[in-house]
Amino acid sequence: MSLGLFFFLAVLAALSALGVIAQRNPVHCLLALAVNLLDIGVMFVGLGAVTVGFLQIIIYVGAIMVLFLFVIWLLNLQAEGFSGYLGLKLFGAIGAAALAAEFATLFLHTSRISTPGASALTQGTITTLGRHLFSDYLVAFEITSLLLLAAVVGAIGLARRPPLSAGLSAAAGSDLATAESPRQMSRSMSVSAEQQTTTPRAGSA
Amino acid sequence: MNNSLVTLIGRAMFGPAPLDHTDQAAAIAVACAVVLFAIAVPFASIVTWVERRVWARIQSRVGPNRVGPNGFLQWLADGVKHVCKEDVIPEEADAPLFKLAPYLVVLAFILPWAVMPFSSMLILADLNIGILYMTAITALTVVGVLMAGWSSNNKWSLIGGIRSAAQIISYEIPAGLSIFPAVLMTGTLSMQGLIRAQKWEPYHWFIFANPFCFVAAIILFVSTLAENNRTPFDLPEAESELVAGFATEYSSMRYLFFFMAEWGNMFIAAAILVTLYLGGWQIPRFNWSPALMNLLQFICFLVKVLVLVFVSMWIRGTLPRVRIDQMMSICWKYFVPIGFINMIGTAIWVAFFPHGSRLMEMAMFALALAIVAAFAWRVAYFTRRSRMELYFHPTI
Repeated sequence: MSLGLFFFLAVLAALSALGVIAQRNPVHCLLALAVNLLDIGVMFVGLGAVTVGFLQIIIYVGAIMVLFLFVIWLLNLQAEGFSGYLGLKLFGAIGAAALAAEFATLFLHTSRISTPGASALTQGTITTLGRHLFSDYLVAFEITSLLLLAAVVGAIGLARRPPLSAGLSAAAGSDLATAESPRQMSRSMSVSAEQQTTTPRAGSA
Repeated sequence: MNNSLVTLIGRAMFGPAPLDHTDQAAAIAVACAVVLFAIAVPFASIVTWVERRVWARIQSRVGPNRVGPNGFLQWLADGVKHVCKEDVIPEEADAPLFKLAPYLVVLAFILPWAVMPFSSMLILADLNIGILYMTAITALTVVGVLMAGWSSNNKWSLIGGIRSAAQIISYEIPAGLSIFPAVLMTGTLSMQGLIRAQKWEPYHWFIFANPFCFVAAIILFVSTLAENNRTPFDLPEAESELVAGFATEYSSMRYLFFFMAEWGNMFIAAAILVTLYLGGWQIPRFNWSPALMNLLQFICFLVKVLVLVFVSMWIRGTLPRVRIDQMMSICWKYFVPIGFINMIGTAIWVAFFPHGSRLMEMAMFALALAIVAAFAWRVAYFTRRSRMELYFHPTI
């Protein structure tokens, strides 16, 4: 990847990142984030890590962005005004100043900007990636997968329906109050569920 | 500036070949864009004509038959009509996003044609991660659809967009898992590599290589139906509830873009299945000129893809729409676990039979023939029993 291309992508990444925090409408922020992630994917491709770049696009732009969008819609976030959050702004200003100082020292101590050599371009193929993942970094890879599995199990545990007896008290209709046994209850519940689903179809027919 | 984004696009499309001059790279990129558009649009449009004719026949109608022979040029007339219409942008819509959304969808439909393996030589770029590229690019459709649904500022559009996005990202998982068995057997992600690993005889196609692949191919087909919002999974465009889903507020060319992308994606999805499991362009070897061989391979590929497209039209004409909870439970409760079983099963199979098992190939092929025969027998039986009058006039 040439320096010019890198600067183009870097400026785009910085601008879109600014767009994420500077815009007022959450959906616009999210689309700026999508541009940012896409841009980083292109950067990966430019550095020769083609597989990682396309995986970045599939996972982040294709899936995770959409989940963010769903969350925004579920919480019904609206565009914010300019007022409020004074304390947060104060801490934000301090953090920004610290970051700016850090960048300044970094730039002052960097003597030369170099482009990646030819060896970097051959490291990003799917063969090399797979070989590294399953030999040199096997432990890290397995621990990561275990962590993700734990997250999945945790999410299922949180989203699991409560047991039938507890769930019925919340979901019980008036016709369920007289049912004697749990089995009867579940049967009458399934019948009512069926009725609910068949009614619109019968109406449309 | 010697290198630029154009260079990158050129390099991404043409593999590792270095492009040193910007003007050369720019010319190649523009040529790529033009060629992609010129390939993609007629294929997608011809699919619309085929679909309207086939669907009309299924419903005992005639369908478009006025423009050109058998209405073949109807798509051209429709295109001209849509271009001439007024482009309405709602007052309350988020105008920039509203305008941008169709282009994103079209982009996600144009770019996969770069790796479309029409024949052994007729391919724009044989990327070594071709199938991954295809999955990544088609994933961009979701962003466009959601953008369209949200920026229209219309409840139908929003619900349609959400349904479509939920459907696409859910079914991307079984579709992705169903790609792996073929990749495991070849050890490559390149489209041409996947096809070259198969032979022209049907029993050497990957779909018959082992039982897991057979199931994976079926899951891939159904998942692509759902990803393209096709019946029985066309909830995002359920006309009776949502008018036209995320495309409700669109008119003119932008509306056409959405539907061109939808029909084009049908072709792309069928092409992926043909590449992975149905032997691609493989034909018997003859000592003919390469041009003729490539033409025959192209025809072979096209016929296979169009047969699959026809099956999806057939399904659209015959099956009712599923409910949204049924659709989600099919995906998460059945397809995803079965997809994982397919992947692991194929890995074990490859470990035990690195060169494939001829016996199992034959057995799976016989099973497929038996299924097709049983289906044909049933169709013939019901045709006879209902005493319907059959008209064999393919052209009216």
